[in-house]
Amino acid sequence: MDTIADNNWLLTVLVFAPLAGALVMALIPQHDEQSHKQVALLTSLVTLGLAAFLLIDFDYGSAGSLQYFVDTEWIEVIGAGYTIGVDGMSLPLIALTALIMPLVFVYSWNHIPEPGNAKAFLILSLILETGMIGTFVAQDLVLFFVFFEVVLLPMFFMIAVWGGENRRYASLKFFLFTLFGSALMLLSFLALFFLTEAETFNMLELTEIAGAGIPRGTQLLVFGGMFLGFGVKVPMFPFHTWLPDAHTEAPTQGSVILAAVLLKLGTYGFIRIAIPMLPEAAEAWAPWIGLLAVIGIIYGALGCLAQTDMKRLIAFSSVAHMGFVMLGIATLTDFGINAAIFGMVAHGLITGMLFFIAGSVKERYHTLEIKRLGGMLAQAPRLGWILGFVSMASLGLPGLAGFWGEFPAILAAYNPAGGLSEEVFRAYMVVAAIGTVLAAGYLLWLLQRTAMGEPPAEFADDPNIVDVSTTEWIAWAPLLLGIVLFGVAPGLIFEVTDPAVGESLHKCLEAGCQAADLAASSVGGG
Amino acid sequence: MLAGIAPVLAADGFVRPEIDWHAAAPELTLLGFGALITMIDIGWLERARRIAAPLASLALLATMVPIITLALAGDDRSMFDGGFVVDDYSLIMKAMFVLAGYVVVLMSTNYIAEGDYWENEYYGLLLSSILGMILMASARDLISIFVALELLSIPAYMLATWRKRDLKSNEAGLKYYLMGVFASAVMLYGMSLLYGATGSTLLVEINDAVGEAARPSAIVVLGIIFVVVGFAFKVSAFPFHTWAPDTYEGSPTPVTAFISVASKAAGFVALLNLVFVGFVGRDGLVGRDDIFEPLMWVLAAASMTAGNLMALRQTNMVRLLAYSGVAQAGYMLAPLAVAGSVPDKALTASVTYLVIYAAMNLGAFAVVIAVARKTRSAEVSTYRGLFHYAPGLTVAMTIFLFSLAGIPPLGGWIAKFRVMEALIEAETSAGVVLGVFVAVNSVIALYYYARVGFGMWAEEAPDGDLTPVNVPLSLGVALTLTAAITIAMGVIPGDIVGRFTDVSLLAGG
Repeated sequence: MDTIADNNWLLTVLVFAPLAGALVMALIPQHDEQSHKQVALLTSLVTLGLAAFLLIDFDYGSAGSLQYFVDTEWIEVIGAGYTIGVDGMSLPLIALTALIMPLVFVYSWNHIPEPGNAKAFLILSLILETGMIGTFVAQDLVLFFVFFEVVLLPMFFMIAVWGGENRRYASLKFFLFTLFGSALMLLSFLALFFLTEAETFNMLELTEIAGAGIPRGTQLLVFGGMFLGFGVKVPMFPFHTWLPDAHTEAPTQGSVILAAVLLKLGTYGFIRIAIPMLPEAAEAWAPWIGLLAVIGIIYGALGCLAQTDMKRLIAFSSVAHMGFVMLGIATLTDFGINAAIFGMVAHGLITGMLFFIAGSVKERYHTLEIKRLGGMLAQAPRLGWILGFVSMASLGLPGLAGFWGEFPAILAAYNPAGGLSEEVFRAYMVVAAIGTVLAAGYLLWLLQRTAMGEPPAEFADDPNIVDVSTTEWIAWAPLLLGIVLFGVAPGLIFEVTDPAVGESLHKCLEAGCQAADLAASSVGGG
Repeated sequence: MLAGIAPVLAADGFVRPEIDWHAAAPELTLLGFGALITMIDIGWLERARRIAAPLASLALLATMVPIITLALAGDDRSMFDGGFVVDDYSLIMKAMFVLAGYVVVLMSTNYIAEGDYWENEYYGLLLSSILGMILMASARDLISIFVALELLSIPAYMLATWRKRDLKSNEAGLKYYLMGVFASAVMLYGMSLLYGATGSTLLVEINDAVGEAARPSAIVVLGIIFVVVGFAFKVSAFPFHTWAPDTYEGSPTPVTAFISVASKAAGFVALLNLVFVGFVGRDGLVGRDDIFEPLMWVLAAASMTAGNLMALRQTNMVRLLAYSGVAQAGYMLAPLAVAGSVPDKALTASVTYLVIYAAMNLGAFAVVIAVARKTRSAEVSTYRGLFHYAPGLTVAMTIFLFSLAGIPPLGGWIAKFRVMEALIEAETSAGVVLGVFVAVNSVIALYYYARVGFGMWAEEAPDGDLTPVNVPLSLGVALTLTAAITIAMGVIPGDIVGRFTDVSLLAGG
């Protein structure tokens, strides 16, 4: 893979700008909440500006190469470098992160969750941003691991301090589950280091080596460690149980960040690290990953149907949606992985938006219990319509972003990579297709119960129930626009990701694990 | 085997060994200052109280000078036929002991003065214990190891009982003393067996002798086991940890910090010396990897698992840190289980872990001391709501606890990373399985660290008492120092940890 080192100061500044903002905030006294909000918003806007510059300056002609590439020493003694770069695979995710964070800060302008303390809350959010962007630019396994873990502490505290009633259980569960995965993942990284001749953590070199020289049985084990690390984060069935708890208890902002970006760290790990570095093991694991993915789709959907709490329902829908992403990845085809990246971005926009709505509903009704809600269209029509719109996007209505995440993933399963069994994946395809029907079911049912009908007696004359406020409009508009934009013009993302996916899978292609399927070539135009 | 003694007996007359004064300068400086404090105490009695703590600080800073000049000189020195060695490794460990001692003095200053305890004697004993530790770093001979061990232990027994009107403190000291001398006896017996089997007290010669045979003799096996078990008490490895929680709880907290960090580290230094100079296979010889490796494997796996499981149930912060210390000892022992296959990597891993552990654990105890100034208690429940009235202390404690848990970017992660690195690099199934033990144990440990973190940040203060904690200057300096080291180790470990890479134990001679 080629690397381009022009303007390579950009990524470092992009990653650490939020941290710099956090340090400035640490010096401002706690009671001056307004300054904290201003600094946090300003920092995230600067980061967004840098990300926008990145989007403009990015050389789309060579989206398959790592650009803004930096490779310097960091911890010499363990052979870890400060290696960062961006290609088409990480670019959309960086843009998504940089976009979500200012929206979170706008929303926080008058929604600092109980028990207050804007300073700590906003500082933690900024540290999260550094961790998330850092994970997407890291091109060294140790650096990746550090950034991957940096997000744990702020998220833990966000749920623990600003969460709901059951926050203690939820925050500890989140922390323990993810750490369990990443501890074993670290062992796998180390094994990769010592087992390959190169003795390097450089992700580029490891992708080139692609597991050559490692016995097949060992490869399977090493992949297993990574599978646990990333699979818990995604989360895949059966490691998903932390997610509904964390989402239900987290404050709105925490849920949005969790759904929009944090879950993607896991899927990103699969396509950036696990599969390209160990293609042979990936091929052996793929049917099982596919199986867990479709179980996740059905289980998540059934879970949604059984929920009585709106936020919990959205959380379970995440399990189902990430199932589609994982199914796309499990096909090991160019087409499927492109679909997966699209699915990640679309899920970030849509589910992030759903959690924003849930937060606003909670603020107005002081409950998220579905059977107590109703008649939102009558009382707060704009809020109701937005909920309707986003639900449509979430169930995969063509023309909106959600469609391009799910449909190609299902299609990819029709024709999986060469070494994989077509029968098995076609069976998965059928199951996944049933999942989309169930998705329509639970989302429409949610809409029917909460938005339609007459307002229930207890809320009929409640003055708290007002329509969408200005800060909410500002925070939501970019997401709503994005959902439409990428729905109409999916090529915007596919054209960026496709060369990079091809590049990272080329070892896989050489090994013959992919049949050149016609779908892959047709996807470029969107 | 007995033939080995013959040259010793045959040696006629006593020749005064060459003494390299520069090499011995750190020990001599500390000895001088320790003697000075004692003399001043005798001469001035109560009037000496005011200068005892500053003088002790000065003593430690002065001891750093020859350590630094030796490091700058850069050459390896050896005396007494290789029984006393100054190399990079020993200098790093000496510097760590002196710095840890300095932090303990900072932590003690107000505690001892305000508690109206004996001060002059306290600092005198503290210095002589540290003297034992820096001697241990250079000891490459069974006898000097034993002398160093007694020199560092006996003052510590007394320090543990410093709150002498408190029953728990007496219990602490007595338990520590009884278990300590029992361990010494076991170890001494092991040493006598090793000497009997090899005819030498020099670790290098022991190595040559024990490594000769394809199958070890029963005496050598017993000797190695007894010596290792003796030090397992010192480092509070499971199942020889039983004294630790009671001693930690009853001792004055600065002394607890001292025992749990410096004294434990000294035990590790002795183990490292023994293993890497005495037992490990070198220069084509097989060594006795077949004995100490399985022994260390079992000790490490049992310590980390049992320590963590028992820590889960603790409601007292000091006891929690005691059991977490047992688990941490397990992580530090783990590289020794693969010391035969990757000696250099295993040694650096243990040394790195020791240094980082010293910073983070001392820091945690500094917070315990600070909080107890207000609450007069070390119960975990008194930490609830700390964030609402002592945000600075809360952030510091969060840094130390999650560093102990090994969460990046705090120092603990690179320590765990290096341990895992050594275990995986050995490329043996035993190493990999122990690596999985380390990984799973990190998760168990996180539960109790995070629970304390949750209480500090997310719960209400008991009785709604929000009066701030008064942190005296010296304690503040100790906190800042340890927190800075803990973070720096995690973020830019390359520059600091890198210094320990070329560490290899000089056999001497």
